[in-house]
Amino acid sequence: MNVLVMGIGNLLLQDEGAGVRVIEEFERTYQPMGGVELLDGGTSGIELLYYIQGKDVLILIDVVRCGYPWGTLSRFEGADVPALFQQKISPHQLGISDLLATARLTDSLPKKIVLLGIEPKCIDTGLELTDEIAANIGRLSGMIADELTALGLSVTPRGEKLCVTTIL
Amino acid sequence: MATRITIDPVTRIEGHLRVDCEVTNGRVSNAWASGQMWRGLELILKGRDPREAWIFTQRICGVCTTVHAIASVRSVEHALHLEVPLNAQYIRNMLIAAHAIQDHIVHFYHLSALDWVDVTSALKADPKKSASLAQGISSWHLNSVQELSAVQEKLKGFVDSGQLGIFTNGYWGHPAMKLSPEVNLLASAHYLQALDVQRKANMIISILGSKTPHIQNLAVGGVANPINNDSPSTLTMEKLFHVKTLMDELGNFINNVYVPDVCAVGAFYSDWTGYGAGVTNYLSVPEYPLDTKCTSFALSGGYIPHGDISQFRPIKTYQDEFFIKGVSESSKHSWYKQDGDRHPWEGETDPHYTDFQDNGKYSWVKAPTFNGAPAQVGPLANVLCLYAAGHAPTKKYADKALATISTLAGKPVGLGALHSTIGRHAARAIRTAVLNEVIQEQWQLLINNIGTGDTRTFNKPEFPKGEIRGVGMHEAPRGVLSHWVVIDNKKIKNYQCVVPSTWNSSPRNSKDQPGPYEASLIGTPIADPEKPLEVLRTVHSFDPCLACAIHMVDKEKKAIVTVKAL
Repeated sequence: MNVLVMGIGNLLLQDEGAGVRVIEEFERTYQPMGGVELLDGGTSGIELLYYIQGKDVLILIDVVRCGYPWGTLSRFEGADVPALFQQKISPHQLGISDLLATARLTDSLPKKIVLLGIEPKCIDTGLELTDEIAANIGRLSGMIADELTALGLSVTPRGEKLCVTTIL
Repeated sequence: MATRITIDPVTRIEGHLRVDCEVTNGRVSNAWASGQMWRGLELILKGRDPREAWIFTQRICGVCTTVHAIASVRSVEHALHLEVPLNAQYIRNMLIAAHAIQDHIVHFYHLSALDWVDVTSALKADPKKSASLAQGISSWHLNSVQELSAVQEKLKGFVDSGQLGIFTNGYWGHPAMKLSPEVNLLASAHYLQALDVQRKANMIISILGSKTPHIQNLAVGGVANPINNDSPSTLTMEKLFHVKTLMDELGNFINNVYVPDVCAVGAFYSDWTGYGAGVTNYLSVPEYPLDTKCTSFALSGGYIPHGDISQFRPIKTYQDEFFIKGVSESSKHSWYKQDGDRHPWEGETDPHYTDFQDNGKYSWVKAPTFNGAPAQVGPLANVLCLYAAGHAPTKKYADKALATISTLAGKPVGLGALHSTIGRHAARAIRTAVLNEVIQEQWQLLINNIGTGDTRTFNKPEFPKGEIRGVGMHEAPRGVLSHWVVIDNKKIKNYQCVVPSTWNSSPRNSKDQPGPYEASLIGTPIADPEKPLEVLRTVHSFDPCLACAIHMVDKEKKAIVTVKAL
């Protein structure tokens, strides 16, 4: 089984970058598994088609505003995911909605699509997550591990936290 | 009595752009372009290590990641007078050429073709007629009856299922749509094939840049690609020959599909050579450095005032003060506190929002000027400057494209026709054909240089005490990009990005002259103000990219922004 776990968002807009931060956290916490690819998708769109093609499962991580308290985690699956990205009229018009539509057009849409979301607090210019969101990044990373486990893929926590320095 | 049209946001672009037009007697009589997002990137970079700036700047935008990374390292190298090893120049050149090729193909097929091509009309086409039409202008192997019939079946499936997906926003059946069902089918087939082809450019970027969408291999002073044929983790000959195969496949598509398609659309819509010229001062910067000091380039830059190529003034190096001293920005009509014209090194970014004022402030975009006048940037500016400079491949592809268009249109179409909406598409295709030659040459130069035993890819930067200034220029897919950095005691003191869409989507400047989008819309005929397809055609022809890239999913409020007239 081929799985793509992709965090999306803009690191320059505080909580907007949460999806990407979760990927970094997951890489620090868990051992990489065969068949599972982790990707920092940033704010890209159609370029990501290259990574989606040939995948059976796509797990997306993004900020999702549902009107819940800051930091609340949410999970969507199947047709809800493209519908959710399509509903909004996003300033980022070349985003995930077009990516999924294009994947469908080229018969490369993964059979299973899951979106793991987190409720953002602040999306102003800045590099740091707000405390409320930062406090929940570990739990969101754990949700990725749970998804992979449910797919029958082994997920091994790293024995010790590796000292991985990321510049961002 | 004028009718006001507000398009907010303009779709199928990156970023958030609002365009307002007044329509009098069926034609646009006044226009405003307004960037609706504010980026405070400059503020994030203050006080940081200049060697890291590129990592942040490539996050400005989801489309232009590589572009902002390159301009940033160049700005710091320029400030330090730092030489860049030849291998690093060639690797960077291939990266940015691959990116530009991908960007141009995606722009034509996926972001703008639907302004001219009616996908639903393709269902009525006779695939045999489509195939014979195609075989008259191209030898592309996927123009067969079988392939075109299969595409038609696929489109039918989409339409029947009621889920047009990415095609949902088209103005199907609009009176300004003029292609025959057969041409529409051909273009739709190439739309799908282009999705596959653009991945190949991405694969080149991925091999050379170590990763996409955010490349990892740049450094102030060169690239972080070790060249060692004995180690599979480095850049080996095997990988470089894979890159060559990918380049050849891209070249085949560019010359046999993209260029002929643009010529056909240009010929069938030749009336659009009469609309959309706007600002005809053209600005372009030199690109694809060929030596370590950046004094020699594969493609020259330059400036053409008033659309008169006999007045062309070349910009030949990164030291050329004609460019460095010529750029300034005004905030008279932008939502910032500063009013007067300022050079980017002296630029400030203090937001001051006032709401949309027709005669006052109405955009987050500043108004850049070149020697006091607005300027158009992009592939058209680049092609006209190269043509004026006598660049042989540019002349070859431009003359060939104009000859094909003339034959298909049944009337002579000359270089002057490029100053138009459809001309910007033609220029972009001509540039892509030129870039295909450039990337092949850069590949050969890299192979030859490695063959001499030179494996150097990096020169370590040394930062002096005190203040230094630099500018990083890049002829990006959308035109002139410049990053302006002031470094004080090894830290960033000021950083300003003057991006291509700042030039083109500029609001009125300090002399109240309109920017290129605004000027280009004046006089455009509008068949139906409720469906302003013609406005989108002209705006899309610039390949707008108002980078900002907030893309948060919003389940609570379905529409984040109001949409009028779209």
